[in-house]
Amino acid sequence: MTDLSVANSANKPAFDAAAIRRDFPILAQQVNGKPLVYLDNGASAQKPLAVLDAMDRYYREMHSNVHRGAHTLGDRATAAFEGAREIVRDFLNAASTREIIWTRGTTEAINLVANGLAPQLREGDEILVSQMEHHANIVPWQMIAARTGARVVPVQVTPGGELDLESFDSLLGDRTRVLAITHVSNVLGTVNPVAELIARAKARGVITLVDGAQAVPHFQPDVQALDCDFYAFSSHKVFGPTGIGALYGKAALLEAMPPYQGGGEMIERVSFSGTTWNVLPYKFEAGTPAIAEAVGLGAAIKYLGQLDRPAVEAAENALLDRANQLVESVPGMEIIGTASHKVPVMSFKIAGLHPSDIGTLLDQQGIAIRTGHHCAMPLMDFYGVPGTARASFAFYNTLDEVDQLFTALQKIQRLFA
Amino acid sequence: MTASVQDFLNNPLGKDTRLEDVLDAFEFLDDWEERYAYIIDLGKQLPAFPDDARVEENYVHGCQSQVWLIHHYDEASGKLYLLIDSDAMIVRGLAAIILVALNGKTPRDLLATDIDELFEQLDLFRHISPTRGNGLRAMVGKIRDLAALTGQA
Repeated sequence: MTDLSVANSANKPAFDAAAIRRDFPILAQQVNGKPLVYLDNGASAQKPLAVLDAMDRYYREMHSNVHRGAHTLGDRATAAFEGAREIVRDFLNAASTREIIWTRGTTEAINLVANGLAPQLREGDEILVSQMEHHANIVPWQMIAARTGARVVPVQVTPGGELDLESFDSLLGDRTRVLAITHVSNVLGTVNPVAELIARAKARGVITLVDGAQAVPHFQPDVQALDCDFYAFSSHKVFGPTGIGALYGKAALLEAMPPYQGGGEMIERVSFSGTTWNVLPYKFEAGTPAIAEAVGLGAAIKYLGQLDRPAVEAAENALLDRANQLVESVPGMEIIGTASHKVPVMSFKIAGLHPSDIGTLLDQQGIAIRTGHHCAMPLMDFYGVPGTARASFAFYNTLDEVDQLFTALQKIQRLFA
Repeated sequence: MTASVQDFLNNPLGKDTRLEDVLDAFEFLDDWEERYAYIIDLGKQLPAFPDDARVEENYVHGCQSQVWLIHHYDEASGKLYLLIDSDAMIVRGLAAIILVALNGKTPRDLLATDIDELFEQLDLFRHISPTRGNGLRAMVGKIRDLAALTGQA
């Protein structure tokens, strides 16, 4: 009777971290004489062979400029490039590839939207962000605010690291024009209830943007279900190459926005008496794009797609659970960000130690983490810390690596005792 | 608390703790734990830093930790004396090594000292290399600028 379930699980191989790790050649190396333990995935994730091979193959077999249509290589490059756009569309469940704009990453995507919305902003208008935003979702809005007379207003965070919904409701008002909010906090790992926030904003006609940079490595967003107007993410955090990312935008809003940069590709016709813009998405893609990187991002998303996602999520949760259980084993260690719904990101401090001390001494033991303000200075101010140490896990990390992190932290703690 | 001339002259780093001592000690340190325990201990020799000197002009930028640096030029001896502070223990220790090499020297001798080579010799070069944003390089740069300015005066 159990035969059936056995057969089923045999068809879909159980999640095997050791096998997964073989897909990421960079992980198999020694650092400072110790096996590398890479726990800085929130800053940038490593790349599977599928991505390396796709980019290599692109350059060996099909590279040429795209959308020129005069020869076979150009056709191949364009097919690969636009094929990647379709992969991203499917990943985000956008309605059309017209709504997928290539950018250099999340930062450029947010700058593009902020500049595109600027003509609609007036003095006294409010742009609602949160105290847990990455600088990339604060500074572009501040720059636009300075130009238009609008104000950037932060929603408060609770001591546990969740968005304060009372603060949100009290600040979402008649002057609010834009809600720009992170899906997942890069420091705290908190998963914000963005669908709920977007619904409340929409009820007031507010334009919504979601910073998905830290979300997409851990789960797949559905932009139509979220009903957000814009959703931005970076390739390098989702196991793809650096230098590319994507912006989803609702076609009607993108149509209404002026182009971000001028140049080739984004035009329909240029003359000195006037220039007309190309159609979506090309209107926002001036210049020769990052073609190989787009192909690499497509390969990364395809790679993720063939993994058993529920099993991946369970494995990631197990890493965070183990880490949480071990916190008590390091005297003076305290987690910053204890939201009930988190991705496997652990910011922490240890009494008497500066985050940079922790980072330096973990590196001696082959363990890579991030230390510092994580481009979230307002959040550091809120917690009254100069920075934190942050271990951010990916599905290729193992429970043994979590144990190694804590053994290393205990050693460091003794060194300072 | 304000720094007196005596605070500068009493700094043990470069006076009681000398470069030979540090080089000798490193010879006998076997693994990273011993090395860093020693570096942390050296950091404990940094004299107390005056509170009123924690102002923008004494702040060393480019550090993940907060680093402060003040100096006193002793005209009688022609030597430059330094006080450094940081809130990170390893940076304190590495700053102590820098002081052991540079503190209480004439600007001419100071400028002739190759800190990169010393850190290379101690196998600590990674900490001072331009790729590490811990501010040690900025700290050394600031000290050398001070020496160059004082030397001209």
